[in-house]
Amino acid sequence: MIRVAVADYGAGNLVSIARALEVVGAEPVLVRDAEALRGADALIVPGVGAAGPAMDRLRRRALVEPIRAWIAAGRPYLGICLGLQLLFDASDEDGAATLGILGGRTIKLAGAPTLPHIGWNTVEPRGAQPLFDGIAPGTAFYFVHSYVAAPDDEGVVIAEAEHGNRFPAAIARGNLLGVQFHPERSGSDGLRLLANFSAIAAGTSRPAEAVPA
Amino acid sequence: MLSRRVIPCLDVAAGRVVKGTRFVDLTDEGDPVELASRYAAEGADEIVYLDITAAPEGRGTLLELVQRTARTVFIPLTVGGGVRSVREMRDVLRAGADKVSLNSAALGDPTLINRCAARFGRQAVVVAIDAAREDVPGDPGAAGRWIAYARGGRDRTGLDAVAWAQRAVELGAGELLVTSIDRDGTGSGYDTELLRAISQGVPVPVIASGGAAGPDDFVRAIRDGGADAVLAASIFHRRIYSIGAIKAAMAEAGLPVRMMAERAA
Repeated sequence: MIRVAVADYGAGNLVSIARALEVVGAEPVLVRDAEALRGADALIVPGVGAAGPAMDRLRRRALVEPIRAWIAAGRPYLGICLGLQLLFDASDEDGAATLGILGGRTIKLAGAPTLPHIGWNTVEPRGAQPLFDGIAPGTAFYFVHSYVAAPDDEGVVIAEAEHGNRFPAAIARGNLLGVQFHPERSGSDGLRLLANFSAIAAGTSRPAEAVPA
Repeated sequence: MLSRRVIPCLDVAAGRVVKGTRFVDLTDEGDPVELASRYAAEGADEIVYLDITAAPEGRGTLLELVQRTARTVFIPLTVGGGVRSVREMRDVLRAGADKVSLNSAALGDPTLINRCAARFGRQAVVVAIDAAREDVPGDPGAAGRWIAYARGGRDRTGLDAVAWAQRAVELGAGELLVTSIDRDGTGSGYDTELLRAISQGVPVPVIASGGAAGPDDFVRAIRDGGADAVLAASIFHRRIYSIGAIKAAMAEAGLPVRMMAERAA
């Protein structure tokens, strides 16, 4: 069984993520320090709220360097909402410097008819993406955010959504993945996406193992 | 495209679903998790629990219910009723809720809104406003206004509901849940004038509540009231309409809704 570490740093709904992982046949492990990351096959960094306080809490748990090292080693990572945004250089929301793994900033969603952007919005993957395997283009996922990633390299965007303007709904660079929406709150399609992530992780670390959808 | 949400509201007391008319005459309507699961399968976009007892000794029961729900139902869960502090909000979020709605406590101390928003982000803070229309004395032809009520509709605050809505958003509310006390439980339709007065003055999503009887009411709350989401209780609990039937009617009226895909077993 795939062991998926879920960063527990006081920013997000861990009950749902942990249970959703169980439902798709993975074993969630809540990690509060670097030591707990050992033995994990994949890492999920969830999170809602502002970037500054989230970075502070990651630092207090001494998780910043282990997360960087994890990603640098090409290991499977899924950032959810803030966990995607933190991958970039900095956030316009509070000016906080973030992980700086991908070039670009987190900016306010411009031209939005309502903010925060709350609710189910349709997501259009760019071509065939393993993370969206078995998920039809135009499937709705649950979003709740006001800021979006503005990557320097457009090539990392693997799916888009639109609320006033188009914005990245999902990004990828190798095993580094991120979704702006909340798969753990997006019903059966969200579970499917988590199963796909689990399968990607399985293919990376344990090629022989199958993961039920 | 962003869907307009249909949200069943479960008034809960001591771990059970209850429903009353105009906040009184409560009747037992079932197990919350069972109902929430059914609604999620029917296409509910979100679930709202309002703990209408909100007694301190009942918090454990509520948190246990939230946890059981978050582990069973994979759609967003908002919990309201009796949350008075950042700490209580933290407990509810930790139990697995995505959002917390504040009402009486925020009226009593509006700084609760910005303290909660600063800690958890404004997207987690819903401010619920219970409003009743008042005519201008001696002038039945005047437009009238709406007054915000606290404590489940029992206490008249004297605050203008539209002004309170704007203040709540300035303080950090990420969403407003607007209930017409006049319409709640009456089946006479949402108060679209109240909804419009509030929604046109704020950037955040507005959830309409109170008075839904049929599909047309949902459509009007969005089209005429400017609501982003529509909430109802008894018409779903009593199976007068399914969530799917309401959404089909909304789609028919040209509103974007998330329909449940036909799925192979």
